[in-house]
Amino acid sequence: MAATVPPGYRVSRAGRWSAWAFLAPVTGYLVICYAYPLYRNVELSLREYTVRSFVQGGAPFAGLDNYRTALADPTFGPALTHTLVFTVASLVLQFTIGMALALFFHQHFPLSRTLRAVILVPWLLPLIVSASTWSWLLNSDAGLVNAALGVVGVDPVHWLTSPRWSLVSVIIANVWIGVPFNLVVLHSGLQAIPAELYEASALDGATGWQRFRSITFPLLRPVSAITLLLGLIYTLKVFDLIWIMTRGGPADSSTTLATWSYRLGFGNLLPRFGPGAAVGNLLIVLALLAGLGYLRRQRRQQS
Amino acid sequence: MTATSRRRCLAAAVATLVALAGGACSSADEPSGGGSYLVWDPYPQFADDSAWVALLRKCGEGAGVTVERTGYDTTDLTNKALLAAQQGNSPDVLIVDNPVISTLAEAGALTTTDENKLDVTTMAANLLAAGQREGRTYGVPIGANTLALYYHKEVLAAAGVDPATITDWAALNSALTKVKAKGKKGITFSAIGTEEGSFQFLPWFWGAGAQLTALDSPPAVSALTLWADWLRQGHAPNSVINNTQTTSWQEFATGDYAFAENGTWQLANAEKLGFGYGIIAIPARAGGPAPAPTGGEFVSVPVQRDTGRYATSRQLVTCLTSADNLLATDTTLSYVAPVTAVQDRQVAADPKLTVWVEAVRAAKGRTGDNLGTRYPKISESLWTGVQSALSGAKTPQEALAAAQRTAG
Repeated sequence: MAATVPPGYRVSRAGRWSAWAFLAPVTGYLVICYAYPLYRNVELSLREYTVRSFVQGGAPFAGLDNYRTALADPTFGPALTHTLVFTVASLVLQFTIGMALALFFHQHFPLSRTLRAVILVPWLLPLIVSASTWSWLLNSDAGLVNAALGVVGVDPVHWLTSPRWSLVSVIIANVWIGVPFNLVVLHSGLQAIPAELYEASALDGATGWQRFRSITFPLLRPVSAITLLLGLIYTLKVFDLIWIMTRGGPADSSTTLATWSYRLGFGNLLPRFGPGAAVGNLLIVLALLAGLGYLRRQRRQQS
Repeated sequence: MTATSRRRCLAAAVATLVALAGGACSSADEPSGGGSYLVWDPYPQFADDSAWVALLRKCGEGAGVTVERTGYDTTDLTNKALLAAQQGNSPDVLIVDNPVISTLAEAGALTTTDENKLDVTTMAANLLAAGQREGRTYGVPIGANTLALYYHKEVLAAAGVDPATITDWAALNSALTKVKAKGKKGITFSAIGTEEGSFQFLPWFWGAGAQLTALDSPPAVSALTLWADWLRQGHAPNSVINNTQTTSWQEFATGDYAFAENGTWQLANAEKLGFGYGIIAIPARAGGPAPAPTGGEFVSVPVQRDTGRYATSRQLVTCLTSADNLLATDTTLSYVAPVTAVQDRQVAADPKLTVWVEAVRAAKGRTGDNLGTRYPKISESLWTGVQSALSGAKTPQEALAAAQRTAG
């Protein structure tokens, strides 16, 4: 824009007003939909809310009491561990499978477009549909997965109802949902790599693995980083999938910070807004730390 | 950029802004103008052309006002009601699930019968108890439901079990064993980690003689052991841990199960089963019917800034809970009426309801015994304990000891 402004041109008053008018919708949107809810959430977590004070007002300031309550709760340790396991396992599997598929579809064989479109389906389905479908598939008694296992002579696994398997089950479903996103982003990243590089390496006699290690992977690094970051933020806050499939159970075995926060706030008839908001804020802090880590890494790479 | 195009852009930007502001404000509209009364209910299944909405409209006409009705999902309604109370735009009449009453009353969101002058003298005392705290009454039951055991006639006949003999746990266990020997499945219920799970466990818990104030008492442990043993021995499917009452019913509807623990509200679906069914009361451990928890909704009058509205709200509630209207409403909902005289008329019209009416008369409110707002926490500990034991994470004894510690 600056280049097109003629020398000596002063932004007129009307121009400034219209600039503000253009800015106003997005600012208003950010304030109403992001800043205010965030502020309310922080406020909720710092006050001692009961149902009575929630409605009538006058909740006393409690400092960090709600955070202390949350941290001291026996559910906190397992919920944090599950959140980390869920996030790391989902990210690693989604990224690996997404990368493998992206490389596969990059070869442009007949039907590759159609097949790629089919793989995108999980991404398009509403979560309630995919989560319910997975819980039918993984049902202990009537599920298709156990029926298939039975055919090859494996005993039925209590996917959703045993504390040993429930976390694994929700990870499997979440990976299935996340693969298309990784596939799409990595695939478009691959298309941005100049074909000449591959041709040159072919002339030099590089093997397929060498081509991947020395060309594809390094050139995909920026795309991979943003894919992983978006995936991380998305996965940290996955709630509906787990809630629909296991309600975080049995016995907290698939409870993550996100489902725990919901359960504290809305899970029983007597809401505990304070601790619920505190856990939600901890989750935001985790996502923020990841985002800052990404920015720092990026800055280091640029300098 | 020419002046005209700039002006056009400015207009567009302003228009967007107005649209945004409009969108933000429309949700904060004042709920009621002159002559219109807001009613919220947890029956989203009833559309505007249903008998329920027609009744609301008729009651509105009788009181000389128009009724604006919104149906919410049950679980949604508690939060909606709390938020509305916080923002001072509660509906005039609120129909909610009975254990929610004590929470809303604790929040100071509901009027007592002293303030709204509702007459509750005809209501059955055990049902009304769920809406009472510290001697005050916060609403009128509109209908009640409870749990009993549905059984598959042919499966029991093939196994040589007479359902009339199932009056205690020992008889039920031996029936389950006989059914299993015939290659059929035993019993299905819902032990999901929500209020539904506690609701379904309570008849066994109370039927063993346990109290909600001592979750780890020996009777309580015996009730949980009964359930855990059913899963271990294959009498109940492992899926009960994640079953809602609806998915549990779907399992029973396959025709493979001898028994299903379910509620009054499935009666209409029961008629559509492809096999003969019967209903017996849930047996207590030592015999006789176990007290089941009461389900069903209360009609309440939320606190308003303009207390002059209560008189009309009272007329609406009185109309909704008058004998004839109760009969009509409870028949559509397949509920049992909260008034003895109406219950008798229901049984006269449909003798199959006898078991249910008896079960409702023996039933207990979950928030009764002056537990009030202590109940939600106790219930959450209880369903967590049930889940721990059924999934094998803990023994029933350990699971309930942990539950009692968190319930405090």
